[in-house]
Amino acid sequence: MKKKNVTGRIVLTAVLIAIAALFVTPIVFTMCNSFMASSEITANYGMIFETTDSGAKKFISDVVNLKFIPDKVSFSQYITVLLKSPDYLLKFWNSVILVVPIVVFQLVVACLAAYGFTRYQGKVREIIFFTYIILMLMPYQVTLVPNFLVSKWLNILDSNWAIWLPGIFSPYAVFLLTKYMRRIPVSILEAAKIDGAGEWQIFMHMCMPLCKGALCSVAILIFIDFWNMVEQPLIMLAEEQMHPLSVFLSKINAGEIGLAFAVATIYMVPTLLVFLYGEEYLVEGITYQGGLKG
Amino acid sequence: MKERRERQKKNSEEAKIKRKSALFLAPSVLGVSLFFVLPFLVVIFYSMVNNPIQHRFVFLKNYMNVWNNSAFRLAAGNTFKFSFIAVPLVVILSMALAFALDSKIPYKSQIRTLLLSPMMVPIASVVLIWQVLFHYNGVANEFIKFMGGKQIDWFKSDYALVVLVFLFLWKNLGYNMILFMSAIANIPKEIIEVAEIEQAKRWQIFLYIKTRYLSSTILFVTILSLINSFKVFREVYMLTGDYPYDSLYLLQHFMNNTFHSLDYQKLSAAAIIMSLFMIVIIGLLFVIENYYGKDLSE
Repeated sequence: MKKKNVTGRIVLTAVLIAIAALFVTPIVFTMCNSFMASSEITANYGMIFETTDSGAKKFISDVVNLKFIPDKVSFSQYITVLLKSPDYLLKFWNSVILVVPIVVFQLVVACLAAYGFTRYQGKVREIIFFTYIILMLMPYQVTLVPNFLVSKWLNILDSNWAIWLPGIFSPYAVFLLTKYMRRIPVSILEAAKIDGAGEWQIFMHMCMPLCKGALCSVAILIFIDFWNMVEQPLIMLAEEQMHPLSVFLSKINAGEIGLAFAVATIYMVPTLLVFLYGEEYLVEGITYQGGLKG
Repeated sequence: MKERRERQKKNSEEAKIKRKSALFLAPSVLGVSLFFVLPFLVVIFYSMVNNPIQHRFVFLKNYMNVWNNSAFRLAAGNTFKFSFIAVPLVVILSMALAFALDSKIPYKSQIRTLLLSPMMVPIASVVLIWQVLFHYNGVANEFIKFMGGKQIDWFKSDYALVVLVFLFLWKNLGYNMILFMSAIANIPKEIIEVAEIEQAKRWQIFLYIKTRYLSSTILFVTILSLINSFKVFREVYMLTGDYPYDSLYLLQHFMNNTFHSLDYQKLSAAAIIMSLFMIVIIGLLFVIENYYGKDLSE
């Protein structure tokens, strides 16, 4: 009986490690390939990305050659991306400009609102909170329609505002932070009240410090979500010049395929850094969500 | 007399908190009303008039038009089919992974990190890899040929759905697994011990105790995965562009095209149909969960 248990555990560990390895492979692969020189990329993957049959280029074979380790480590792709072709950097900058204000201001608005939902729980507020939950559960295909209409009326279509404003007022962070704040014992806040603190002071000096961890978690979740946005720019921003890199990467043309791996790697660096330093916060943030009712 | 005054004081105190904390809510409520709730009411209105200028009431005509629209049917059918396959799979597999990681094995936290990493990576960054894998001359087909099979045109056949499910699982398994892991950690140990003493079999403990304590998490993960399954448009768009193979034409493609043609009636009616559909499904899931886990106190 005991022996069977041990073998079972070994098998289980092996299977899990295999799955885990399979999961990171695409990420590692992209990174490794970004250090290949342009000629090597074309030789290995030319088959896939060459749409026009010029016949001028020579491929190693007529199939794709999946490769992890570059023949020669080369930074030439990065040099090209960073110095010679400003288009990608510009799109990267578009992403930053679109995402950072949303993360910051959604957090501000959500903290205030969560405090409002926590401090007093009457009938009206419960109805509002329920509305927020319903909105949160609607897919983009539904919420983008009202967002689009308002943006059109306010005449902010084709500007960053059309993405910023609906993003900032998204009910997602309100929901998460409210769930967290409601766990703070009322007695702590009441004690501050008796000491003569006003609501604003209680919020700033009692509530916020207690929520520091939660704020990090929620910030990370918002960041990942918007760094990955595709639907909103496609609908709100007609001009391709304004698109973030998350959309633009798919439009990379066959001639520049060597660069694509480098650009893709650069684009995932911020999220991987966040992951590296904030994994615990992220995991905590995910677990706050557990159960809509609680 | 004194008591009454005290009660009055307490009431006025509460009213004060109510008033003041309402100010904290104001920015969010204003924003949500302006960008979501009010325009949504307009969407309902638009869905029942003949056009945004004349405002002639046509009731369900727009709905019929959308419902009978072949593109909408194709998109809704594909999206539904995908969600119907992908959501149960992701729920079951992520629960299995969570239970597996709950047992005594080495390298737990490292494995968790690796399984979670796909959710951090922007879809745009890994699209190249999926192309290398699933191209007609790609790695997956190479492997199939090696095993003696026939090449598959992944993105231009009904196998596209298989690829999509695979990409969806890759992206979402880790995230859902975390939700299950925290729920499993919260199952009271005593009950399981009692069951073991009573010589319950392992499958009985699993079916009659564990899954019931997990029922609210199962509900939540199902809803979350359902919402996320609508986001698979991103992969499809990046891999195949605006006009994919028929079996990959999703609701978001339909919406994008309708946005570009500025057909407000169609857009509104489609959005309402979808939101009703979501509300019905989510309501149904809640009812099932309530029934299944009702005698457990949270």
